[in-house]
Amino acid sequence: MQIISERDVAIVGGGVVGCAVARRLTLEGASTVLLEKATDILDGASKGNSAILHTGFDAPPGTLEWQCVQAGHREYLEIHESLGLPVLRTGAMVAAWSKEEEERLAEVLAKGRSNGVDDLRLLGRDQILEMEPHLSPSVRAAIHIPREYVIDPWSAPLAYLLQSLENGGEVLCDAEVTAGEFDGSHWLLQTGRGTVRCRYVINCAGLYGDLVDKAVLGDADFTILPRKGQFVVFDKAAASLINSIILPVPSRRTKGIVLFPTIFGNMMVGPTAEDQESRDDASVERATLDMLAEKGKAMLPDLKNIPVTATYAGIRPATEASPYRIRNEPDRHWITLGGIRSTGLTAALGLAWHAHALLREQGASFTPLENPVVPRVPNLAEHLPRDFSRPGFGEIVCHCEMVTSREITAALTGKLPARSLAALKRRTRVTMGRCQGFYCSARLAELTRAKFATPLGVGEIND
Amino acid sequence: MTDSSSKTACTVAIIGSGPAGVGAALALHKAGIDDVVILERDQEAGGVPRHCGHPPFGLREYHRILAGPSYAARNIQAITEAGIRLLTGHTVTRLGKGGSLDLVTSQGARTIAAQRVLLATGTRETPRAARFVSGGRPLGILNTGALQAMIYLKGMIPFRSPLVVGTELVSFSALWTCKKAGIRPVVMIDEEKKTGVSRLVAMSHRYMGVPMLLGVEIINIQGRDRVESVTIRDGNGAIREFACDGVLFTGRFVPEASLARLGDLCLDPATGCPAVDSEGRCSDPAYFAAGNLVHAPVRVAGQCYRSGVQAGLAIARDLGGRVHEKDCPIPPDRRKRT
Repeated sequence: MQIISERDVAIVGGGVVGCAVARRLTLEGASTVLLEKATDILDGASKGNSAILHTGFDAPPGTLEWQCVQAGHREYLEIHESLGLPVLRTGAMVAAWSKEEEERLAEVLAKGRSNGVDDLRLLGRDQILEMEPHLSPSVRAAIHIPREYVIDPWSAPLAYLLQSLENGGEVLCDAEVTAGEFDGSHWLLQTGRGTVRCRYVINCAGLYGDLVDKAVLGDADFTILPRKGQFVVFDKAAASLINSIILPVPSRRTKGIVLFPTIFGNMMVGPTAEDQESRDDASVERATLDMLAEKGKAMLPDLKNIPVTATYAGIRPATEASPYRIRNEPDRHWITLGGIRSTGLTAALGLAWHAHALLREQGASFTPLENPVVPRVPNLAEHLPRDFSRPGFGEIVCHCEMVTSREITAALTGKLPARSLAALKRRTRVTMGRCQGFYCSARLAELTRAKFATPLGVGEIND
Repeated sequence: MTDSSSKTACTVAIIGSGPAGVGAALALHKAGIDDVVILERDQEAGGVPRHCGHPPFGLREYHRILAGPSYAARNIQAITEAGIRLLTGHTVTRLGKGGSLDLVTSQGARTIAAQRVLLATGTRETPRAARFVSGGRPLGILNTGALQAMIYLKGMIPFRSPLVVGTELVSFSALWTCKKAGIRPVVMIDEEKKTGVSRLVAMSHRYMGVPMLLGVEIINIQGRDRVESVTIRDGNGAIREFACDGVLFTGRFVPEASLARLGDLCLDPATGCPAVDSEGRCSDPAYFAAGNLVHAPVRVAGQCYRSGVQAGLAIARDLGGRVHEKDCPIPPDRRKRT
């Protein structure tokens, strides 16, 4: 039995929560290894979310989720500039489209204020249309939440993990955790890459969180009930139609279907909330996409002349109950952060602090780094200068998203190289634009030859 | 790049070096407008014919049958011989009022003020996403354009046994491309009950040994990393699953009108093409459009070339040049433009 890594803490799962935990624990002085079962991080729930930085205005009051969302919102705004992460300060409106919804806005307002979000205000139709002149005039009223923002859902966790790696942390991909043994002070975790020895384990395995608990601890105190959300992404021409995130009046089950600008300059409608058995079947369905596009057009009539750029689905790790499912096993040096759904992108930074606090309760003690390295990730946001604005970029490979060969080369190398097309898309946006690879697939296949676990080309003409 | 001058003004800027852009540039040249520049975002000029490795191209222009790449090379040779400036690696990012163009190049950003601009940015196929096709998103889903560029430009094969969606002319062109590369499509399908081509062309799928199913819809695309199978439903509700390692979405051409859309030019809501008058002029009188950018449905290269020639002559007239029909490199089509 060969030990391939020996660390203070192993973090299971390279989603946004795992990446944020790796960053926090590394900064607090722990030696960490992040274990990801896929070829790249962000391969599960974190690959398809709404990319909203939440204030927590509608979080269940007093819960850990509420605390972590608020802490995460605060910390993101503190660190984003130094890490090169963008923020699109859109604000949001909880918009009422019917009389019943309008009546429920008072509740939304009261809940938001009691949640400590004190800058909410009620807008009438005229005020809404003044701020959002393209919105359908059938809107009746709205609660304005000025500090709900849009961020880059992939660069953020990438930056968190890179900060861990730049400060001595380790990541192992293709390292699914299948079993483990605890001897009273140390864990031996069996992974797809070999055995990892560590003192503490933080399970951040998202859609597979319950399975990891079962495989290693023997049981799980929650069950993941995968919930799929489909999205329709409209062309960048739509971005000028709206400034704010348009939220529906929430139901108990889900935040509902949202109309929102993306940091990449598109306009998006989604997600649905569909319970399913599969943890990895993120397929889209035509009837649902039609419905989403219609919903979008009902809210924003000018969308009818805007082409669709992309469609996709994400899967969120819902469980039997709504709260975050935290399992704390001091005797076994184990913490599970489970059931982190749509608020995870914001809450991850707060959850990372929570995990650190639990570790200390379990007896772990580390000395925080004095001058940690702060890496910067490349900017992919449309409203900030992109790589192509700096000369010497080589060539523009993906014309729709203006991705340069310099960006692609950088993403294929470094501490966390992209080893799949999906990974390269998340790091550069290549092929994610309106032509979806019509123009650039061939050049991309050439540039990524022998770089991907699943290559774009399955063979050469002369072989 | 054939020119790295940082000249910031020109008489006519042509965006795109495909057949329409080339036709227009040559027509302008013959009409005596000499300060013309072609802006091409790719590293290689020539446009889509560069990766259509099949005949027939060039019948009208060169009176012989050429394959796409030779045709594109001939076009670019004609541009070079005429001394027309051609800038590759020049991406226009914004169409400003009155012909002011923002560009990005690896040497830095620049602006060109053109008296007239011709948009000749062509067309592309509708990708899977915009068709709202159900299913997962594994690797191996692409358009004919990407397939042909991979095969003819890079010598790479994206799949061995794809399912082909569409029965337009380009779909059959795709079958030829597959045959040439040793790719064996498992089936060709269309949601429509009729093919988009003549019976003679439609027959060719048999010659190629590819079964054709009409009036069927994809209800799922399966596969974890790469496409593994596609499930379809026919008009009677019967469901079939085809093992395959890719899905090729062909045709349903849409104009590459993004610059016009993001700028302030009016688009025809029905086609998505820039709205043009009988001269090919857009809603901003400094802008003209030609070729497949304004053709719905899409047309072959020779027709785009001719459309470019006509636009070139219209621009020359607009600039006060004395233009005769004989100035035109090829006889203009007498049929009314549709």
